[in-house]
Amino acid sequence: MLNLQQIHKIFNEGTPDEKIALNHINLSLEKGDFVTIIGSNGAGKSTMMNMISGALTPDVGTIQIANKDVTKLPEYKRSQYIGRVFQDPMAGTAPTMTIEENLAIAYSRNKKRGVRRGVSKERKQLFQAALESLHLNLENRLHAKVGLLSGGERQALSLLMATFTNPNILLLDEHTAALDPSRAALITSLTKELVEKDELTTLMITHDMQQAIDLGNRLIMMDKGQIILEVGKEEKKNLTIEDLMNEFQRIRGEKMVSDRALLSAT
Amino acid sequence: MFTAIFGSVEQGIIYAIMALGVYITFRVLDFPDLTVDGSFVTGAATAATMITFGYNPFLATFCALLAGFVAGSITGILHTKARINELLAGILMMIALYSINLRIMGLTTETSVGRPTIPLSNADTVFTKLNDFWSNLSIDAALNNMLSAIGVESVPRTWGILVVMFIVTFAIKFLVDWFLKTEIGLALRATGDNAKMIRSFSANTDAVKIFGLGLSNALVATSGALIAQYSKFADVGMGIGMIVIGLASVIIGEAIFGTKTVVRTTLAVVFGAIVYRIVLALALKIEFLDTGDMKLITAVIVIIALIVPYMVNKYKDKKRRMKRREQLLERVEKEVKGEEPVA
Repeated sequence: MLNLQQIHKIFNEGTPDEKIALNHINLSLEKGDFVTIIGSNGAGKSTMMNMISGALTPDVGTIQIANKDVTKLPEYKRSQYIGRVFQDPMAGTAPTMTIEENLAIAYSRNKKRGVRRGVSKERKQLFQAALESLHLNLENRLHAKVGLLSGGERQALSLLMATFTNPNILLLDEHTAALDPSRAALITSLTKELVEKDELTTLMITHDMQQAIDLGNRLIMMDKGQIILEVGKEEKKNLTIEDLMNEFQRIRGEKMVSDRALLSAT
Repeated sequence: MFTAIFGSVEQGIIYAIMALGVYITFRVLDFPDLTVDGSFVTGAATAATMITFGYNPFLATFCALLAGFVAGSITGILHTKARINELLAGILMMIALYSINLRIMGLTTETSVGRPTIPLSNADTVFTKLNDFWSNLSIDAALNNMLSAIGVESVPRTWGILVVMFIVTFAIKFLVDWFLKTEIGLALRATGDNAKMIRSFSANTDAVKIFGLGLSNALVATSGALIAQYSKFADVGMGIGMIVIGLASVIIGEAIFGTKTVVRTTLAVVFGAIVYRIVLALALKIEFLDTGDMKLITAVIVIIALIVPYMVNKYKDKKRRMKRREQLLERVEKEVKGEEPVA
């Protein structure tokens, strides 16, 4: 479903700040794969997501989605195949617009936008039914402006909007990191529910190692622009945080440095 | 007094079309578009030139609309494709349009390539056509008799312009309302609200911005064309400060009538344009103020409209906090006296 080949990206090339963000990355996802990505800050996780979504273009390499080469496709065209949820709960929704209008925008993702009414009667029912699956009582607040919702509610809505049209790829960039623990747990379980329901092919970045182990069927660890560890379906079932820490130390010969990773490990 | 206010309302309802245009860029797209100063005149110049050549004034007004759309689109292209800063793109287009407007009006004279003013005093305009039609209805007499009966001394010449322009402006308002609820309209609003988000839902934000700017300036130019026909001349300087007048209308309207929904906000903008004209007319009644002070008065009106809601909010906030503190103090007192157990 998703195929990255030899993706290479250098930031600030030719300046003293030159940094190899991605170093010949290869990654392939089958349909229905749910891959969690861990790694310290600056490992290249977000850069890789931005490559897939089209916000950045690789210096070298090709990106294929559903066997189509999308490397040159601009972000807005590519996003008809890709659902995204960002870390910032404010980033995935339009705050001055109502819940139903936001859903209408999500609904038009893979269709040509025209002068049809964004929120029609039939669509409203569809939106209501979808909102019910969040169990947040949002289905009774269709006319509320999204800016009035709490961070958790907005992130749940973002998640629903991202998965609304069954995208080929779902990208989750630390989408629970900015929430308090109980809200984060809610969003995590919603993610699981929505991904499983439609068997979405998913990539999720997280700093929470336990979450990375609990969710999904594959796990990759990144460091300094490379994928340094890949855990497949069978091994992942018995994986522990300790295994991951030891594995990192063995490969890199140094202790993992991310404070957040350490914190969540204890 | 009545005639002065009547005239203000009449002008206000025509300027309201311009204000709706400014609302689309300034509020919906979050794009401070200074093209308006130029495109307003482009509309006036296009209409006046065509009318002078003897074209149907309705056709002339429609062409003004198209000219405005083109002007706005170019600003949009400068911003999105050439990556020129929003303000600068607008200013560049505004200054370029100044020369273009002179050229457009220059088409009507053989003696030079540019022309700063076209008089329309004897020409057929949409309003003379309207008058021909309206005077047959004899509504004026009825309304004026009513006014005289309640003691108004000087009655307006005709009610036709006011009534028909109300209908036209509201028709445009409803069209804008409808458009902002279509799929493209939702994308337009989201572009101004959260561009990163709408790109992730596969909307081409560049195309949306260009179209939004075109639409906005089409409305501005239409308003310019109508104002030229209303005041019976087009002048290359008539657009100076137009963006500020547009902003004044939007800000005053929003402050007085609220912004709860799109439908409500566009209504607020239309009324804001009228209120602005009335305030201006009243200000000019003050002895020592001259028509030359109009721009200064406009600036002061905008400043007041910006400050007052801020002060009101601050005052409300303070009052709320005081109240909460009192409640807290009361509770503490009760607890000290042992009337209420500590929670």
